[in-house]
Amino acid sequence: MSLSLSDLEKNFQEVEPSLTDREAIEEANRCLYCYDAPCIKACPTGIDIPAFIKKIASGNLKGSAKTIMLSNPVGASCARVCPTEELCEGACVLNHSTKPIMIGKLQRYATDWAIRNEEVLFEAGKKNGKTVAVVGGGPAGLSAARELARMGYTVTIFEAEKEAGGLNTYGIVSFRLPQKISFWEVNQVKSLGVQIRTNTRVGKDISAKELLDHYDAVVLAVGMGRVPMLGIEGEDLDGVYDAIELIKETKTKPLTDKLVGKRVVVIGAGNTAIDGATCSVRLGAENVKILYRRTKEEMTAYDFEYEFAKQDGVEFRWLTAPKRIIGDENGKVTHIECVRMKLGEPDADGRRRPVPIEGSEFTMRVDVVIKAIGQMRHLELIKEFGLEHDDGVVKVNPENYQTSNQKVFACGDVIFEKGQGEAMVVSAAQQGKEAAYAIHQYLTKAVSETA
Amino acid sequence: MADLSINLAGIKSPNPFWLASAPPTNSGYQVQRAFEAGWGGAVWKTLGEPILNVSSRFAAVSFNGKRVMGFNNIELITDRPLEVNLKEIYETKKRFPDRAVVASLMVEPKREKWHEIVKRVEDVGVDGLELNFGCPHGMAERGMGSASGQVPELVEKQTYWVKEVARTPVIVKLTPNITDITATAEAAVQGGADAISMINTINSLMGVDLDTWNTIPHVAGKGTHGGYCGPAVKPIALHMVAECARHPRIHVPISGIGGISTWKDAVEFMLMGATGVQVCTAVMHHGFRIIEDMIDGLNHYLDEKGIASVMDIIGKSVHKYSDWGDLDLNYKVVARINIDVCINCNKCYISCEDASHQCIDRLRDENGKEYLKVREEDCVGCNLCSIVCPVDGAINMVEIPSEHPSMTWNERQAVINSLSNCNVDVK
Repeated sequence: MSLSLSDLEKNFQEVEPSLTDREAIEEANRCLYCYDAPCIKACPTGIDIPAFIKKIASGNLKGSAKTIMLSNPVGASCARVCPTEELCEGACVLNHSTKPIMIGKLQRYATDWAIRNEEVLFEAGKKNGKTVAVVGGGPAGLSAARELARMGYTVTIFEAEKEAGGLNTYGIVSFRLPQKISFWEVNQVKSLGVQIRTNTRVGKDISAKELLDHYDAVVLAVGMGRVPMLGIEGEDLDGVYDAIELIKETKTKPLTDKLVGKRVVVIGAGNTAIDGATCSVRLGAENVKILYRRTKEEMTAYDFEYEFAKQDGVEFRWLTAPKRIIGDENGKVTHIECVRMKLGEPDADGRRRPVPIEGSEFTMRVDVVIKAIGQMRHLELIKEFGLEHDDGVVKVNPENYQTSNQKVFACGDVIFEKGQGEAMVVSAAQQGKEAAYAIHQYLTKAVSETA
Repeated sequence: MADLSINLAGIKSPNPFWLASAPPTNSGYQVQRAFEAGWGGAVWKTLGEPILNVSSRFAAVSFNGKRVMGFNNIELITDRPLEVNLKEIYETKKRFPDRAVVASLMVEPKREKWHEIVKRVEDVGVDGLELNFGCPHGMAERGMGSASGQVPELVEKQTYWVKEVARTPVIVKLTPNITDITATAEAAVQGGADAISMINTINSLMGVDLDTWNTIPHVAGKGTHGGYCGPAVKPIALHMVAECARHPRIHVPISGIGGISTWKDAVEFMLMGATGVQVCTAVMHHGFRIIEDMIDGLNHYLDEKGIASVMDIIGKSVHKYSDWGDLDLNYKVVARINIDVCINCNKCYISCEDASHQCIDRLRDENGKEYLKVREEDCVGCNLCSIVCPVDGAINMVEIPSEHPSMTWNERQAVINSLSNCNVDVK
């Protein structure tokens, strides 16, 4: 095999180049600095985009990064992973005259500057004597913790993994989002005095009850878990992977040559499926196909992710569902049996339900099968907290993210309902902020009521 | 193809575009390159007593990421021996007999000094002379350049001395660093000038470095004021040209200078009374090759307008330039927003709201879509919204027919005065 491990490492360097100083200045100056700008309204975290761009143009890069991060505590990651053409850039008024401002790239430029200069952007508020436990150190949890700390709360994040950052640290491929970006965001939160207890899984290393007893409020921001079972034969064969786990491995362990020259199929067509597929290409796979039981129209991956996968040479097989994974005598994957599908009546979520076409089964030779059909819910933990939920989706008051336990507020993927397309990092960040403000209101109200 | 040739007080050139006396006309090599590129004339970098220059010398203003909106220099007149310049002028004129070669001159304000240099440069065959009474730095401290040019008597006297011996047309180049340029322009005419040129550069300090706190530019940590030019100065120059052009006692041709970068700028200067134009900063920014578009664009403009000769546009806008007191108080325009073209950036709204007369409303149509509308009854027709609007055609300034006949401030005051003289009770 001609590919060496150092070649593979190169494949995992960030793909998108950053703007040069000159490019950033020119692009920033192109921004009209709209009044009551639509891009702000289109950003789930409401970043004052014209203001941060104006600050790039004026040479106030610290101010620019601060404007971004104030509204979005994971704004450096979002600069890379947001579907900007559906959000801020899609709303840019210049869509109607010339071409939209590259808001995402400018956001990255400003936050990259702050990362490079190791800037600490915010200060903790004066301690108010109250404590909050945040379960899960992903985008929603970090965001809630950052805002709570700014308001004077003593915050502890309980993080099951070795590092905080959640999806941004472990779940998005390095060539789109390097880990150091996520770590900088984590450190920004730490710099406010937020304690992050890593390697601490609530429900195992510490009980839910303990948190409920010892903290004035709890933020439940545990996100989602592993990819569920396909429920087909052969799933436990050697060569079947969980996309989330595969991506995590590439971000936490030295790269291996286990996919070099292999034929890979990825099951699913969300952003994680795309990441699993492009990851496989970059690990040296000879051929990578995405199998999806519906069509391109129903696919939940962002357009730019889809384009990116195509450029990486990933093939797409629409209306194709796996039926059985076949292995050899050593338990290694050799084939996958699929069935062709057609679209039937619309589902509860409005998407047309795929129906197998009888007798259309066929097999493909494959070495590796990567599952990316969504993620499982942390049902046990939700039960341990005793929260009402809907099939693992924690029920909250949409006004303030309060759960059935008034002390517990939930945000991020743990409240993400099915059939809403892809959960966005930027939405989780906003929910974290809002949950923090709701907790503040809840705890200060409690004080005034007892007073 | 229109006739682009001009005749400025007897100095002829195949097109109205001359290089101004400046770094691009420092040597025969450069001027010949310019002529090869198509320039109609060149005013040689000012000749005089040898000087010493410093390093560094130039600085520029960048605005919103665009380079060289304004430009400044602290370079002095030519630093090459007079004999070398004269030899190169001779060679250049010989090689390009149809182009205008004008010698810019600056000497001490002494009669014999002027006589001597005029004779020497005319001997090598220049088409005209330009007296540099404008250079604002260095030379002025020695009583030359703008130090002379700011005193009408000195302008008149030195022009007169030159005219005593000059056989070629004499252009007097004026400094803008004066309250009323028509005072020195008139003095030049009184001294016998055949033409005037304006503007020379404007006194300027380009900037201060935020880290070193040095001036920009600086020479070993010290700076001095320089001469400002480039696109940013065009309106100042155009105003001065216009003031001279409409002045009844300044009846000599004008060579327009100051921020001219394109054929459009040149047309504006000529409509406002300039017979030709001189260019420097745009060449310093882009090189001599810009002349191609300047000639091409001017040609197409004249052809489209059906104008046979560029000389026919000279001064055609001068009668439209007047005093505030002659403006019609009853004329009214209002802004009108074309919502089909508008992109809803709200720039007009916020500028009107914060800086003008609060007459733009943000409304929603029956579908909930936002749109902007001018309350025309409250609009004063200031133009601000249409100026800040980034989309052509989204805001038009529309004339509103007046119920009243035209009435200027001067006419109004005259009526009031005549009424009060008659002792009529106007109540």
